[in-house]
Amino acid sequence: MKRILALALASLPFPAFSSDWPQFRGPDSSGTVSDATIPATPKIDWTAPLPGRGLASPIVIGKKVFVTCSSGPKQERLHVFCFDFADGKKIWERQLKATGRTMSHPKTSIAACTPCSDGKRVFALFSSNDLAAFDLDGNLLWLRGLTVDYPNVSNSIGMASSPLVLGETLVTVIENDSESYTIGMDVKTGRNLWKLDRPKAANWSSPVTWRADAKSAPVVVLQSSKGLTGVDPVSGSVLWDYTEGASTSSSSVVAQGVIYAPSNGITALSPKANGSAPAQVWRSKGINPATISPVILDGKIFAFNSAGVLSTADIKSGDTKWKLRLSGPFSGSPVGANGRLVCVNEKGLVQVVDIAGPEGALAGQIQLPLKTDTKEMVLSTPALSGRHVFIRADSALWRLGE
Amino acid sequence: MRIRLHFLPAAIFVTLLAPLRAAVEDSVKALAATGREGAGNEAASAAWKNVVREGPRALPALLAATGKSGAVSDNWLRLAGDAITDAARRAEQPLPLADIEAFLKDTKNADAARQLAFDLIAKADTALADKIEPGLINDPVQELRRGAVQRQIASAKALPAGESKTAYLQTLDAVRDEDQTNEIAGALKKLGVTVDLPKHFGFLMKWNVIGPFDNMERKGFETVFPPEREVKLDTEYDGKTGKVKWKPFESKDERGKLDFNKPFGSLKEVTGYAVTTFDLATERDAELRLGCKNGWKVWLNGELLFSRDEYHRGAQMDQYKMKCHLKKGANTILVKCCQNEQVEQWTVEWEFQLRVCDSTGTAILATK
Repeated sequence: MKRILALALASLPFPAFSSDWPQFRGPDSSGTVSDATIPATPKIDWTAPLPGRGLASPIVIGKKVFVTCSSGPKQERLHVFCFDFADGKKIWERQLKATGRTMSHPKTSIAACTPCSDGKRVFALFSSNDLAAFDLDGNLLWLRGLTVDYPNVSNSIGMASSPLVLGETLVTVIENDSESYTIGMDVKTGRNLWKLDRPKAANWSSPVTWRADAKSAPVVVLQSSKGLTGVDPVSGSVLWDYTEGASTSSSSVVAQGVIYAPSNGITALSPKANGSAPAQVWRSKGINPATISPVILDGKIFAFNSAGVLSTADIKSGDTKWKLRLSGPFSGSPVGANGRLVCVNEKGLVQVVDIAGPEGALAGQIQLPLKTDTKEMVLSTPALSGRHVFIRADSALWRLGE
Repeated sequence: MRIRLHFLPAAIFVTLLAPLRAAVEDSVKALAATGREGAGNEAASAAWKNVVREGPRALPALLAATGKSGAVSDNWLRLAGDAITDAARRAEQPLPLADIEAFLKDTKNADAARQLAFDLIAKADTALADKIEPGLINDPVQELRRGAVQRQIASAKALPAGESKTAYLQTLDAVRDEDQTNEIAGALKKLGVTVDLPKHFGFLMKWNVIGPFDNMERKGFETVFPPEREVKLDTEYDGKTGKVKWKPFESKDERGKLDFNKPFGSLKEVTGYAVTTFDLATERDAELRLGCKNGWKVWLNGELLFSRDEYHRGAQMDQYKMKCHLKKGANTILVKCCQNEQVEQWTVEWEFQLRVCDSTGTAILATK
């Protein structure tokens, strides 16, 4: 009987035992999740076709995988898809029309912001500043047209910052050269809880969560060309500022109460619970994330430079370690688990890097079947869940496994 | 008894249907009543489920409400229609396609509603959508024309050169989208026909320009220089580096770009103005559509329509659409265009492109 039960359990779809990947770069926006496994030599498990453009990452909630895309001659059709984790079959699709401007640089698209979830709802934000909340079954919960609300919120290159849920607040960064805000919205209604005036400058970086310790309330960390700002997600009050500048493309990463910001290379910052400006732990220009967000794994921080060289440094000291040249160029950020990083270049070459040894080494790779007639590229960051890697391009979402 | 047995189900049907429809109509109203900054979201969230639960019977009410309350409300209604169509397909439940088609064909219905009607048909019955689409070649909704135009372009391509010219010219009358117009104009050029693109799109080509005024530290965008207070073409003003005066300038660009670098030289941290008069025999609704990668403001007859202080993030035709009402006689269109301090080679442009058209994108041509 025990043997039958064990066999039955083994035959269940894996996600019942895996953790979610609910937002851009995973549960803590750190690019990793503790119980995921990256296969050394991945293969394609399934392919789900997509109808338009997109570089938003997929997210995983339970047995469902969500991804957005945009279609139409001006990318004015905005799609939200829900696929079955196990086989990639479409469970539901919703389509709305852009209410904001859909102009973007040709390389990016209107589906550039990764959706996020609190486990009960999926929040899909697009470059047109359309924001839709659905339950996991595809029922519409609320809508916002943020360019309708604030007519000069837009970026003619395209918006790309991904939203973030902290408790009952959805933090949406809609910063640009003109009417520039970050808004905290009620996850249940989509109404504004607070709205912060932000620097009038284009900003594609995504917010992250920081906590002083496990028992402390979460703080949302906003990033801009001016630096970092810690904000109470409940009230919208500014708690602290770091004013030495930061990237407007790559996003910070947080580990063990320290923020590793793409600022003057990488600057490790330790904010204080009392609201004073964060203390600098270290700064290294030897590791520069360029436009790509870094990842922290096994006590090291990893980042690509613009040439596609993967660099690493010790997170305690900032001392640089090994470097490894990978086949580039890259737009998506690396993610990591179980002593491996997965790095997908624009040409769709998935490169698995073993970081467990004294030097990084390429463990395996697989070429994704990109469409040549449209010069398709992979510009997105992968998602991890269970023993699988999820990657999307314009034409498809793939699940990779052993 | 037999009569009662027949009558009873009908009575039950009528009794159940009437209040249900009233409730659904209230729910549709709740979707259409959503407003700015999420106003009405709470009621709409519950109403959305009610409407979807009603199934295909709710579609006529959804269509009737679309296009009347704003683009975000339209998305509430559209997403309900989307979910109903999906559920009906899964349940192999028929949609009232004949009614939806009739709604689509009635051009008195709102543009957004007719677009939704076509999308619902396309989702439920692609063969029917294929049958309808060619007939939309002169539809007042720009997006609905597109498929029909694409079909005609494909047909023209397949014809011998002698016959394709006529086919392309016929399609040119219908085409409104820039990419499709380019394709047709390119094909016609090879056939020896030059398309007057400024006239086709309605670009404004003849202007009076004045400048440069200051835009140091980007402060010129908010500074009210004399042309914003008065437009006197024969008056001299203090500019950034000396006296400035209006002068005529005609764009020769086939995309109607007015390049301030031409009359004033390649300058940085400056502000220029362009003014033109647009005459009409009768008043009418219209759109001013602008493409610009500099800071800009546009006034119509002294009223500010829109402004934007974004620099060098890109420009394209119809980047900004400004709904307006043109009066009978002379309409004054004033454009402010600010150049910033950036020195990269991709920040040289100090220009804009403006056209007057209707909501379909059909050029409105001035009477003078």
